[in-house]
Amino acid sequence: MGRETGAAMIPTDWIWGAVGGLMIGGAAALYLLVNGRIMGASGILGGLADGTGRDTMVERLAFLFGTLAVPPLLVPLYQSVDTRITHNPLIIVIAGLLVGIGTRLANGCTSGHGVCGISRLAPRGIVSTLIYLAAGAVTVLLFRHGLGVI
Amino acid sequence: MARTQGKALDPRNLSAFVAGAIFGSGLLVSGMIDTRKVQGWLDFFGDWDPTLAFVLGGAVLPMILVWRIAERRGVSLLGTPIPARTPPRIDRALLTGSVLFGAGWGLAGLCPGPAMASFAIGGWGGALFFLAMVSGMVTAPTVAGWLSSRTTS
Repeated sequence: MGRETGAAMIPTDWIWGAVGGLMIGGAAALYLLVNGRIMGASGILGGLADGTGRDTMVERLAFLFGTLAVPPLLVPLYQSVDTRITHNPLIIVIAGLLVGIGTRLANGCTSGHGVCGISRLAPRGIVSTLIYLAAGAVTVLLFRHGLGVI
Repeated sequence: MARTQGKALDPRNLSAFVAGAIFGSGLLVSGMIDTRKVQGWLDFFGDWDPTLAFVLGGAVLPMILVWRIAERRGVSLLGTPIPARTPPRIDRALLTGSVLFGAGWGLAGLCPGPAMASFAIGGWGGALFFLAMVSGMVTAPTVAGWLSSRTTS
């Protein structure tokens, strides 16, 4: 984390961020061009959770299985992988509920509204992304710098 | 929406599995399953971490081209219509939902994709977040009904 490459002095985190981003874009491209679906994590999972995606259940489960089961196989390539999630169960539960309810009300999250919406210049995706970014920034400001709990 | 419920190993489901695998791996490789890096991106008034901008840029730029190809073709390779553009309606559900989602995202540093990708990596905290998130998704239609009944009555 935070290392710099010798020649270009670009932090390696940024390079791996762009590489991972290209993979995320590639996955969205595959899901759109082959399956004809918008790759939105909250939509794929949410349709399973509330039953609205019953007609496409197997396709959703296949995507979900790939997302859940394959990343752990890459973990041995790293010295350590740590999500560094907070140890406060109350914050975890509240945050999880907010993310679950919010993404379903807004009908999208960082992948659907963010990646797929912005790249299509979809007004709803752009507006949603600006709002959840702002709400996230305000939340970090209040709870990290104000209350000091995250 | 018809004719999508094939056998587990038909091309559609294999493609969905591969897309999910690349998506989750990309989230790991990019560092976005690290909740502190995500919160660092949102921390404009502290030690700001711009990594997420490179992730978003890396994903959005190729997708601009892909959308053009997809919309020109009109159907996917497996014959499913490319989803039509939704009307640009900025309604209360979109605004409220985005605010709630952003608040939860900032609190824990996880959005749905990384929560899925780190489910088996993130220890008890990651699993608890995932369960809470799914519970929220189950509850959401009730909340949406409550919101719309308040606006119409």
